[in-house]
Amino acid sequence: MINVDVAIVGGGPAGLAAAIECRNSGCENILILERDKILGGILNQCIHAGFGLSFYKEELTGPEFAQRQINELKGTGIKVMTDTMVLSVSQEKVITACSVEGLVEIQAKAIILAMGCRERTRGMLRISGTRPSGIYTAGTAQRLVNVEGYMPGKEVVILGSGDIGLIMARRMTLEGAHVQGVYEIMPKSNGLKRNIVQCLDDFGIPLHLNTTAIEIHGKERVIGVTVARVNQNLQPIEGTEEFIPCDTVLLSVGLIPENELSLGCGIVMDPKTRGPKDYGAFATSVPGIFACGNAHHVYDLVDNVAKDAIKVGRTASEFVRGEVSE
Amino acid sequence: METSKVICVVCPNGCEISVDHEIQDNELKVLNITGNKCERGEKYAESEIICPVRTLTSTVAIADGMFPRLPVKSAEPIPKASMMEAMKEIRKKKVTAPVFMGDVIISNVAGTGIDIIAEKNG
Ligand SMILES: Cc1cc2nc3c(=O)[nH]c(=O)nc-3n(C[C@H](O)[C@H](O)[C@H](O)COP(=O)(O)OP(=O)(O)OC[C@H]3O[C@@H](n4cnc5c(N)ncnc54)[C@H](O)[C@@H]3O)c2cc1C
Ligand code: SF4
Repeated sequence: MINVDVAIVGGGPAGLAAAIECRNSGCENILILERDKILGGILNQCIHAGFGLSFYKEELTGPEFAQRQINELKGTGIKVMTDTMVLSVSQEKVITACSVEGLVEIQAKAIILAMGCRERTRGMLRISGTRPSGIYTAGTAQRLVNVEGYMPGKEVVILGSGDIGLIMARRMTLEGAHVQGVYEIMPKSNGLKRNIVQCLDDFGIPLHLNTTAIEIHGKERVIGVTVARVNQNLQPIEGTEEFIPCDTVLLSVGLIPENELSLGCGIVMDPKTRGPKDYGAFATSVPGIFACGNAHHVYDLVDNVAKDAIKVGRTASEFVRGEVSE
Repeated sequence: METSKVICVVCPNGCEISVDHEIQDNELKVLNITGNKCERGEKYAESEIICPVRTLTSTVAIADGMFPRLPVKSAEPIPKASMMEAMKEIRKKKVTAPVFMGDVIISNVAGTGIDIIAEKNG
């Protein structure tokens, strides 16, 4: 059993900012557990600019933001275990994790949950048709292209106009693919205006509002999508169907906090945010367990993630020192 | 005089900026800028009318790194018109680890005078 003051689950921007603040406010025995090979979380695949304007007062890309935080860790004595997947967290604050050396158990005085979020998948949407290959969530495609260096396809249809989808429309175009268009069921895009301008307009990629996919075609590989316009009740309008040929479909349909661990621990959840219910200052229903970043609720801006995570780091170290009552 | 609407892409606020401009002595001149919430927006709107620029981000192949790709960006925004030319050079480029954040990966990309630099250590 490893004993620590504060254990942090997840080494993305939330976990890193919280860990650094724990150290700055006096905790010495801090451990970050990260399942990936490297720290930085989702920022490693968000190679575009648009991060850090308010936190670092400078426009950075995702990897630059992460690298700054990683550089700040140096010399702090904060321990990091990468390639380590946390399997469970108990109310007694015992963490079970699987590392390259096998199973490890960690007893912490306080735990900060910073597991980030995951994408909604096609199963949660209702599109009929076969299940050919060539269908990806936008975030998976982002990781394939930007980290693994693998292009998912050449003729692309993007369903949903969230920011990740818009950013991938530009990214795939720059890499030589042809993006047929972005199809959004709602009358308005939920992506940032800046992304519509610099990701779609700059490249002449059309955004079709009030339009949805009703069927995905193809046996082994996607060969096309049938889209149709929708009425005010979001129901497809008969006669407006159109077949769009493509070999790749990207789904950009929103994020939900990643909370398998919180559920397993019996932490009370908030049905609205889909993160742990907030009992004030990011405390969960279990004393000494806190949540931050996208695991708490889905944030638009990493700057706000880092700012809030600092508060969480401070509260967790106060808890360890016994300054916060249960 | 003409008025163009520009959506500022400098920060997530996405201000809608109006730019009054006209051609004087064969040169495009910006006369008045309104709707921006900060100075950065004013600069952006002016350049958007005269010579639109964007920060280009992409990846290059890296050998002996943790992952097969290294994220890179233009050290400064480059003219929109040079983006595809710059991508051709970026796609051909290969580097070998170690590389550090800020290292120059391609200098003077597509003749723009601007360098492509590493976004992180690799
Ligand atoms: C595609 C995309 C584009 C974005 N674009 C912008 C932008 O332009 N500007 C901006 O400011 N913000 C942007 N954001 C938002 C911002 O990047 C996120 O809000 C922020 O990265 C969230 O940080 P986090 O630390 O909570 O989560 P993450 O970065 O997801 O980190 C969570 C970490 O926890 C680890 N983890 C999860 N479960 C376990 C487990 N069981 N055991 C061990 N480790 C685990 C994961 O591997 C990951 O490293 C974007 C987000 C996405 C997804
Ligand atoms: S004008 Fe300033 S506040 Fe408005 S979007 Fe541009 S940078 Fe942001």
